[in-house]
Amino acid sequence: MPDLVLKPLTALGHDAPLTESLGPWTLTERADVALASLAPRRGRAEDVARIAAAAGIALPSPAMSAMGAVFGSFWMTPEMWMIEAPFDSHSDIRAHLLGLFGDAASITEQTDAWVRFDLSGENLPHLFEKLANFDLATAPEGAATRTVIEHMGCYLVKRSATQVTIYGGRSSAQSLHHALKLAAQAQA
Amino acid sequence: MSQTNRISGGQIDRSKSLRFTFDGVTYSGHAGDTLASALLANGVRLMGRSFKYHRPRGPISAGSEEPNALVELRSGARQEPNTRATVVELFDGLVAQSQNRWPSLSFDAMAINDRFNTFFTAGFYYKTFMWPAAFWEKVYEPIIRRAAGLGSLSRLEDPDDYDKGFLHCDLLVIGAGPSGLMAALTAGRAGLRVILADEDFRMGGRLNAETLGVGDQSGADWAAGVVAELASLPNVRMMPRTTVYGAFDHGIYGAVERVSDHLPVPMAGKPRQTAWRIYTKRAILAAGAIERPIPFENNDRPGIMLAGALRAYANRWGVAAGRRVAVFTNNDDGLRTATDLQVKGVDVVAVIDTRSGGPLLAGIRHLQGAEVIDSRGRLGLTEITVRSAKGAVETLRVEALGVSGGWNPNVSLTSHHRSRPIWRDDLAAFVPASDAPAGLIPVGAAMGDLSTHAALRGGAEAAAQVVADLGHGSARYDLPKAEDAPVAITPHWYVKSDKGRAWIDQQNDVTVKDVKLAHQENFTSVEHLKRYTTLGMATDQGKTGNVLGMAVMAELTGKSIPQTGTTIYRPPYTPVSLGALGGRSRGKDFKPFRLTPSHKWASEQGAIFVEVGMWLRTQWLPRKGETEWRQSVDREVLATRKSVGICDVTTLGKIDIQGTDAGAFLDRVYANTFSTLAVGKCRYGLMLREDGMVFDDGTTARMGPSEYVMTTTTANAVTVFRHLEYCRQCLWPDLDVQIISTTEAWAQYSVAGPNARKLLQKIVDQDISDAAFPYMGAGEITVGGLRARLFRISFSGELAYEIAVPTRYGDAMIRALVEAGREFDAVVYGTEALGVMRIEKGHVAGNALNGQSTALNMGLGKMVSRKKDAIGVLMSQRTELVREDGLRLVGVKPVNPAEPLKAGSHFLKTGAAATAEHDDGWLTSMVYSPHLGHHIALGYLKNGTARIGERMRAVNLLAGTDTEIEIVSPHFIDPEGERLRA
Repeated sequence: MPDLVLKPLTALGHDAPLTESLGPWTLTERADVALASLAPRRGRAEDVARIAAAAGIALPSPAMSAMGAVFGSFWMTPEMWMIEAPFDSHSDIRAHLLGLFGDAASITEQTDAWVRFDLSGENLPHLFEKLANFDLATAPEGAATRTVIEHMGCYLVKRSATQVTIYGGRSSAQSLHHALKLAAQAQA
Repeated sequence: MSQTNRISGGQIDRSKSLRFTFDGVTYSGHAGDTLASALLANGVRLMGRSFKYHRPRGPISAGSEEPNALVELRSGARQEPNTRATVVELFDGLVAQSQNRWPSLSFDAMAINDRFNTFFTAGFYYKTFMWPAAFWEKVYEPIIRRAAGLGSLSRLEDPDDYDKGFLHCDLLVIGAGPSGLMAALTAGRAGLRVILADEDFRMGGRLNAETLGVGDQSGADWAAGVVAELASLPNVRMMPRTTVYGAFDHGIYGAVERVSDHLPVPMAGKPRQTAWRIYTKRAILAAGAIERPIPFENNDRPGIMLAGALRAYANRWGVAAGRRVAVFTNNDDGLRTATDLQVKGVDVVAVIDTRSGGPLLAGIRHLQGAEVIDSRGRLGLTEITVRSAKGAVETLRVEALGVSGGWNPNVSLTSHHRSRPIWRDDLAAFVPASDAPAGLIPVGAAMGDLSTHAALRGGAEAAAQVVADLGHGSARYDLPKAEDAPVAITPHWYVKSDKGRAWIDQQNDVTVKDVKLAHQENFTSVEHLKRYTTLGMATDQGKTGNVLGMAVMAELTGKSIPQTGTTIYRPPYTPVSLGALGGRSRGKDFKPFRLTPSHKWASEQGAIFVEVGMWLRTQWLPRKGETEWRQSVDREVLATRKSVGICDVTTLGKIDIQGTDAGAFLDRVYANTFSTLAVGKCRYGLMLREDGMVFDDGTTARMGPSEYVMTTTTANAVTVFRHLEYCRQCLWPDLDVQIISTTEAWAQYSVAGPNARKLLQKIVDQDISDAAFPYMGAGEITVGGLRARLFRISFSGELAYEIAVPTRYGDAMIRALVEAGREFDAVVYGTEALGVMRIEKGHVAGNALNGQSTALNMGLGKMVSRKKDAIGVLMSQRTELVREDGLRLVGVKPVNPAEPLKAGSHFLKTGAAATAEHDDGWLTSMVYSPHLGHHIALGYLKNGTARIGERMRAVNLLAGTDTEIEIVSPHFIDPEGERLRA
C-alpha cells in the first residue's frame, strides 16, 4: 500500500498539540521535538566528545542540560544523554546521529517514548512545589533532573526562570496532564 | 445564649461574631476563638465523655495536648471524629457534636461503667477474657469492638481534596513562640531561606497567652510585630496552621498544613489539607513545653484544667473558665495564673501551693504546704476539698481550678530517631539529649529554657550558629528585654489517697491506682506499664500523662525517674488524617493510567478494558448483539484462527541493548544463547533468577551486529530493566553494553492467523513472503515510507507478525490494519482471546511464572544451555529441582467435554482422598477453547510428561468441584508448529 499515509496523533491523542492556560501559567504540548539517547561505547568517550563538539551537540555535566543552535541535550544517567532536535528536520534522528557517531556510541530512538510539556510563566517554583521533589527556585538555569510526579517518572529541565520542560512517559500523557492541571488549580 | 464568661481583653475580634452549634444548641463566639474558648465563653464546660468510664469531661488544656475535649466536627460527609476542640478554629456555621455518649452528653447511660470501675482496672481485658477460649472470637471480641473507639465515622466519602507537596529551605523553624520567632527573625534577616511553621492559627505561642512583656511591648504585640516583619521578607515562608509531625532521615520533615479546616467548605480547587515534605539543611525545634497536672482524687471534672491553660483562656481569648477559681501548684509558674486572673477581675478564691515557705502572694489567699484532695460537681466542678499544711480540711466553692505540676519540654521530635531524653532534676523534667536527629537543634522551652529571656536568647543564638554554619557570615541580633525568672519547682507528683481515683491519663482513664496495680503485678518497665494500663495511647499519646505515670512508678519502685526509664515519642506528633497521607491518590486518581496507542480507536468501538498494572488494555471488543463476554471472546479466537486477528501488544516491555558486548551480555542474563543469533532474526529467551527459578520470558531480536531489542512480559517490564541495569553496572561493568527502555517509543501490533501475511503485505512496503521474511525473522521495514519494524513471532500458534511504528502513528496504524483486514473479515482481539490462544498453543504465562517454577517444570529444560554460564543456571540444577518425577507442564481436558474446569483445582488420582498428601499438582490456567469446543487447561503435574493419557481428577475444595480429567500434551493446537511456519 505505497499510498498509505499514517496520520500522527499527539501524545494527548489530538491532531494538534495543546496549548492552554493553567491559572497564571501556560502549558504547551510539544510534538515538534525529536529525541534520541546517546551513550558512548566503552573506551570511546573521547571520540564521542570530539564528534559531538564538531556537530554542535553539547554533552552537559550531570544534572544539567544545554541548548545549541540545532541540538539540545540533557544528562540522563552516567554516560548517557538525551539529544533533542527539531522534529521536522530530524524525524529520523537516530539515522542522523548514527551518521555522525558511527559505532562510537549507542544511539536509541526515543522521540515517541515521551510526552513533552513546556510550562511557562512567573513563579514556577510555586507550581512545582506541588509536583516534584525538585528545588526549582535554587536550581541553576539549565538544570535537569529525573524525578517523580504523581507516581510517574519524569525528566525536568529548567530552561529559564520562567520556563520548565517536563518529559513524561507518553502512555501516561493524559494522567500527567491531569496532575499538572490539578496542581495548577491548587496553586493558582 | 450570651457569652456569660467572656471577660475583657484577648486577641479576638469582637467586631466579628460567629455562630456555631454544639450538640444542636446555637452559640456565638468571635473571630480568633477556638471551639473550646467559645464554648467556655458561653459557660459550657462539659465537652466530652472519657473513654472507659464515660466520666464527664471538659478541656484541661488550650492546645494540641488536649486529652478530653474531643468532638465530632462538621456534619454529613465532612464529619470528622476525635477533633480537639482546643485547636479547632471557630468559623461561622461550625457544627460540632459530642461523642462517646448515649443518649446525650449530660445523661450518658454508659456512665454505668464508672460504677463498676473496680472491675475495669488495668489488665482488665487480659484477666477477664481468658476463659472459655472459644468465646474470644464469637463473644468477647465483638463486644469489645463495639465498645471501643470514641467518635464515629460518617461512612460517606470525604468530598474534599487532599494534597501533598515538597518544600526546600535552609532552616525550618518548628514553633513560633518566643524562641521560634527570634530564630526565624535572626536567620531571615541574615538572608537564609527560612520556613516558620506553627500548629496554631495565630503565631506567637505562649506570648499570646501571657501578660509578660517583651521589650517595651506586650509579648503578644511583640510577636505580632515580628510576624509582620517575617511575612515581609521574601526569603521567609510563614506556615501557620501547620504541624510538623515527624523528623525523618537526612533533614526531611513531615508537616500537615490545614489549608481549609478553618473554612466551612474549601475554596474551589483548594485542598482541605496538604501533607508537605520539607527538605532542610537545619531545623530549629522551638516547640515549647507542655504543662502537667498534679493528680488528686476526682481531678477530672470539667472546670479543672492546667493552670497555664486557665490563664491562656483569660489572656488570649478573654474567657474566664469560671467566675470563682482556685489554683493548685507546686511551682512559681502556677502562681502567674492566680495573679493574671485576679488582674482580670476574676475571684481567685485561693492558691493551694504544695510548697512550704517562700514569699506569699499579695492580696490572694495563698495556702502553702497544702493540697487539693478531692472535688465535687456532677457535670462540672462546684467545689474542691483542701487539706492545709496542718491537716485541716476545708471545702472551697469554685467553678474552675488551675493545676500546675510543672512543665515538660516538648521533646517529641527529638525522639523520632530513638534519641532518649535526659532527666534534669532542677526542672523536674526530661530535656532533649545531644543525640537528637542530625541538624535538629532544640531551643527555648523545648530545651528546658523556660524563661522568656532564655527562650529569645536560645532562638537567636541557635539561628546565628546556623547562619554561620551555612556560610552566611555572622548574624546580628538584638535581644529585647524580657523576664528571666528561674524555674522554682518542688516536685509533687500526685496527692496520696487510699480510696478514690486520681487521673494521670484522662483520655484513657488511667489512674494512680492503675499504675500501682501494674507495679503490684510486676509490669514495672515503662513499656509494660504503657501496654498494661494503656497509659499514653490514643490521640494525645500521653502528652500530659506519660511523665506522671513514670514518676508514680518511680516512687513505687523506689528508684529515680531516670532509673525507671524514659519516655520517647514516634511520629506523628499529633494525629494525621489518612486523607492527608493519601493526597491525590484516591478514586480514579489512585494511580496514573497508561494508555495503549489503540486506546482511542478501541474506546470508539466500545471496547471493554482491563487494568494490567497501570496499563488499560482491551479485554475484548463486543459487537452488536453480543450480550455476554464469552460470545465476543469466542468470536475473536475463531476469526483469528480462521483468517486473521489484530492485537495491541505495545505493553510488552521493549529494551534496546547495544554495545560490542551486547551478545555476551545476553548470554549471561538469558539461560539460552543469543550471541550466535543471526542479524535479522529473533529468538525466544528464558531469563532465570539467581535461585534458578524462571524470572521472565520473551523474544529478543538481533537488529545489528551490536544491537538487540529484548521484549519482556508486560508485568515484568520494569523489573527486568532494573535487573539488566544491575547486571550491567554492578556485575559486569567491564562489558560494553548500553541499555534503554523503548517500550513507549513504538506502537506494536500482533497480526495473527492464516491471512496475516496477506493483510500485512497490503500495508508494508517490502516483500514479506516466507522466503523474504522467514519464521523468526526481524528487521527494519517501512510503512508508506515511514520507518517501522517487523518481527515474525507468534504467541497464538498461528502464522503471525508483530509490526511496530513510532507511537504517534499507532492510532493511524490500527485503523489502517482494520481497514486493510476488512476483506479478510479480520478482527481485533483483546487480552482474553490472547489468553485463550496461548493456552491452546501451550505457552506459559503469568500463572505458570509463579516464582517457584523452573524451566524444567515448564517443559523448557532444554533451553537452559550448559555450554555457557548464565544467571541461575547452576542453581536450577539442584537435586530437588531436577527430579525425574518433579512437576511438569501438562495439558488437561475434561473427560466429559460438557464439563467445565476450575482454575486452582488440584490433581488427584482416581479414588484418592482429597488431602494434601495425595496432591499431585495443580491447574494453573483454564479457558474454554472455542476451537476445540470444550474447556482446556494447563497445569503442573508430578512426573507429568510420563503421565500423558492418564485419567485422574481435578478437585477444587473451595468451589466444591470434582471433575474427571485426562492429561494431554500442553500443545492443543498445531503441536508440530506447521501453522506458524506457513
